[in-house]
Amino acid sequence: MQKYSIFSLIKNAFSNHEKWDLAWKDPIPKKEYDVVIIGGGGHGLATAYYLAKEHNITNVAIIEKGWIGGGNVGRNTTIIRSNYMHDDNALFSEFGMKLWRKMSQDLNYNVMFSPRGIINLAHSDAQMNVYARRGNSMRLNGIDAELLNREQVREIIPMADFSENVRFPIFGGLMQPSAGTARHDAVAWGYARQADSMGVDIIQNCEVTGFDVSGGKIKGVRTSRGDIKTKKIGLCVAGSTNILAEKLNMTLPIETHLLQACVSEPVKPVLDRVVTFGAGHFYISQSDKGEMVMGGDLDGYNSYAQRGNLPTLQHVLTEGIAMMPFLSKLKMLRTWGGIMDMSMDGSPIIDKTHIEGLYLNCGWCYGGFKATPASGWTFAHTIAQDRVHELNAGYNLNRFNTGHLLDEKGLGTKTWIS
Amino acid sequence: MLHIKCPHCGMRSQNEFSYGGDASVKRPELGKEISNQDWDSFVYNRKSLRGKHWELWQHLSGCRQWIKVERDTATHEIFNTLKANEEIL
Repeated sequence: MQKYSIFSLIKNAFSNHEKWDLAWKDPIPKKEYDVVIIGGGGHGLATAYYLAKEHNITNVAIIEKGWIGGGNVGRNTTIIRSNYMHDDNALFSEFGMKLWRKMSQDLNYNVMFSPRGIINLAHSDAQMNVYARRGNSMRLNGIDAELLNREQVREIIPMADFSENVRFPIFGGLMQPSAGTARHDAVAWGYARQADSMGVDIIQNCEVTGFDVSGGKIKGVRTSRGDIKTKKIGLCVAGSTNILAEKLNMTLPIETHLLQACVSEPVKPVLDRVVTFGAGHFYISQSDKGEMVMGGDLDGYNSYAQRGNLPTLQHVLTEGIAMMPFLSKLKMLRTWGGIMDMSMDGSPIIDKTHIEGLYLNCGWCYGGFKATPASGWTFAHTIAQDRVHELNAGYNLNRFNTGHLLDEKGLGTKTWIS
Repeated sequence: MLHIKCPHCGMRSQNEFSYGGDASVKRPELGKEISNQDWDSFVYNRKSLRGKHWELWQHLSGCRQWIKVERDTATHEIFNTLKANEEIL
């Protein structure tokens, strides 16, 4: 594989950048693989990369119905954080933060990781208490957290509404300074390029049509480009998990919902943090191009549309304008939607299943992008060793049966309950 | 925006309704012995497929009745609506 560096850039400048190697190949599927990963999104690509890198398993295929990075890894608002209170979530995401910090070097691909910090705004004394508790829990787990009062928040984000007569006055906020953003496409492409170079076959335009299961064991997968034999399948298809689960006669604690995001026209640098509204569901950051990147609530009903509906967008942006009134002056540039696996307790599932050789990675709700490296790393471990790692032990499927739910915010499919 | 035909009030905008999830889920019968698996399925497990889907909506800013709606989860086309006590055929 060609190494990307300032020298290769200069060298290729002499040939008008027409002689760069392809970043990954377009192989014809083989008859048999050791592991087949279904879903060429961030998590699937990361899983294949860590299977090859950490476990030396390189006879791996990634099967993608569309093109790699065309799903949620290219549709999110690129926020990376580990500001969780529950141990299972905190330790898992903080492990991910460590992988994020060295990702550009690891992948030899600039993912533009920008640890600019995230501030969750608080709008009441009670909310300040809740944030103090969460911040303390984070610190006990080795995650940086700072509780900010109103004046401290005003110094960092003066453009927020600090006037006296507002419905949701800003009392303060909880900041995780090491949180941030990254360029989401680069994450998918970086993982794909490295996985490909280690021998992983990335097979695009290949739809899974069925599974070959006999005696409770995985024997293979049927696809639109032929049958493939394998003993291990990793399912990484958040958004479409229910469709493939039905082909396996499984019913999961997941509903598929639609989440929208949008960007404004680009403006000069105004916001150098990620900020979330505390009295509703709205978050905002500014991209390197200057666009304000915004998102919020689910559309609220089961959807595979990959395209949002206006009432929710209006509701979300009303919250945004309540928080930062200057947003009302901006023009909208683009809006889009992605379909999410909403698990019933708001936490993901990375686990083995009752079918031998079938591994499940799903239920990412609002937080799939930031989990990409940690999810890939732990899922690769689970597949390679045929047992869960302690980092993803809490993300088991059985918790819905035993009652050990991971209800971090109580935000599952029924968002109106919170 | 969706337009939902409330069986009590007629065609109304989506803004008047709130969503209640899969309408085909049946609560296990009271007083009968049931397995953990059945209870799990009732509380947590959902098919949530692409295509036609019977679901509950409440006409919150209208007659406040719960209704059943058959909607396509990919195209949002609405085929049929029923009162809450009418059986899905």
